[in-house]
Amino acid sequence: MLHIEDLNIHYGGIHALRGVNIEVPDRKIISLIGANGAGKSTTLKAIMSLIPKTSGKIVFNGKDITKMSTRNIVAEGVVLCPEGRRVFPDLTVLENMTMGAFLRKDKEGIKKDMDWVFDLFPRLQERKWQLAGTLSGGEQQMLAVGRALMSKPKLLMMDEPSLGLAPLIVKSILEIIKEINDAGVNVLLIEQNAKAALEISDYAYVLETGTVSLSGMGRELLKNDKVRAAYLGE
Amino acid sequence: MAFEYKRLNKTTKIILTLLLIAGCIVLTYMLDKGIIGTSYTVRIVRISVIYALIGVSMNLVNGFTGVFSLGQAGFMAIGAYTVGVLTIPLASRPNVYYLVPISEKIQDLVMPFGVALIIGGIFAAIFAALIGTPVLRLKSDYLAIATLGFSEIVRAIIANNQMWPITNGSLGLKSIPTFPSLFIPVIISTVGIAFMVLLIKSSYGRAFKAIREDEVAAEAMGINLFKHKGLSFIISAFFAGVGGGLLAAHLTAIDSNQFKIMVTYELLLIIVLGGLGSVTGTVLSSFMICSGKELLRWFDLPHSIGTWKIPIFRPGLRMVIFSLLLMTVVLFWRRGLMGRKEFSWDGIYNFLRRWPWRVRRLIRGDYSKKQEEVTPNA
Repeated sequence: MLHIEDLNIHYGGIHALRGVNIEVPDRKIISLIGANGAGKSTTLKAIMSLIPKTSGKIVFNGKDITKMSTRNIVAEGVVLCPEGRRVFPDLTVLENMTMGAFLRKDKEGIKKDMDWVFDLFPRLQERKWQLAGTLSGGEQQMLAVGRALMSKPKLLMMDEPSLGLAPLIVKSILEIIKEINDAGVNVLLIEQNAKAALEISDYAYVLETGTVSLSGMGRELLKNDKVRAAYLGE
Repeated sequence: MAFEYKRLNKTTKIILTLLLIAGCIVLTYMLDKGIIGTSYTVRIVRISVIYALIGVSMNLVNGFTGVFSLGQAGFMAIGAYTVGVLTIPLASRPNVYYLVPISEKIQDLVMPFGVALIIGGIFAAIFAALIGTPVLRLKSDYLAIATLGFSEIVRAIIANNQMWPITNGSLGLKSIPTFPSLFIPVIISTVGIAFMVLLIKSSYGRAFKAIREDEVAAEAMGINLFKHKGLSFIISAFFAGVGGGLLAAHLTAIDSNQFKIMVTYELLLIIVLGGLGSVTGTVLSSFMICSGKELLRWFDLPHSIGTWKIPIFRPGLRMVIFSLLLMTVVLFWRRGLMGRKEFSWDGIYNFLRRWPWRVRRLIRGDYSKKQEEVTPNA
């Protein structure tokens, strides 16, 4: 599905990603874990062409998207649910959702997906007319996920969906990620909360200062001593 | 008891809207025919509608797209000069260009006002497209400085020696034919504002707002930042050009000094006071500021109690009062009069209904219960 080959990124003089290789197979949840500054968010931004790449190749569904514009990448079916929620605070919940479907023209499909998102997050349905800025943190995260889903993605990339949320809400968000995956959307997940992420993911990559230091099945990594020591605090 | 937001039914709203439109038409007609008001009132209304159009065009960029541009005076100058040069009657041209004769290429070129106005708008839009390419890559304050610089450059070019055969340099243009009727500026402004409202309500408008709220998120949704900012900038410049053209016809005489940065600041004042991101707020505050500045002239005249001449009433006091009023407004309405909301009959209805409710609460001294209300935005 998504195939990243030897990705290199420079921020000014800093070599942020040093030859990262990542493979996201079909119908799976893949997570990227790692400490602050390991290059997780950078990887996602680079996939979306939000930042310039030094070298490397990104192939999505057999199509080379390395040099495509963000707009075209979204049209191909990759979407990023950015870190820190970033909903549009002065637009209503409904308008935020409509913005997610910005590139789509199929009115019926949009309506169907809207109903689906409201099924996933009944809270959003209740607050349809409210300004997004007045929602609670958890609701804003739901909206951010819902908005991303409105573009009808084949691959949903989530940057720290649990950031700053209460443990109970984190749990329900992660459950919904599974539900989304069951509905046929691939998920590439970044998490600081390594334990929670590894529990729901099929496969995971550990990033360390810009390189993949370790990878494996989610449950296996949970048992890995190095991972336990470094990210699970055991 | 919490305040409950109630909606009016649809028929009532349609009737009220039609009444409002009819009221405006009747009022314009009466002003135009001199049934009410004087020619002075007509001038104030004319300048107000022109500033409303330019204000809304500036709000499109600054308030709706979140691009802090200060180049409006430059675009107005382009529009004003285009209209001026193209509409001065042939007979008056030797009198206008008495120092340096008008260039041969344009000396016989006279166009109807409407055509000249559109050409003025298009020129302004072309300039916007040219400077937009580099300038829109900048952010916030840097963008403001760059656009400010542009507007000064336009002014300098107009007054430049080489431009004398076209712009008449620092002598300015005069004998520009004015409007035969008040309806002309009113209708042109209304059509322009209506166009921008439709744009704001379209998917382009939603994209503009998304960019204003969060550029990164907007880009991640697949919105082309550069294209949408550029579009908003160009359309805004077009209407600023048209507004400048209307201003030229309103004043009948223009010179490049009238398009100094002060004009942009005045417009900024109008849109900030009305609410960055509110069309109706801009229109409202345009009328308030344009007429307010005139009404306050009373303070510039000498006044006396009995035989004692009050010393503070002298020319200049008007602006002091004006500034004080502005500060008061900004203190109490921090997001402008309308914020990002628009005028709606529901809003007015509930605003009026809320007063007795507020008074009741004041009498009871019941501040403990927080005012609970859900304001649906639809």
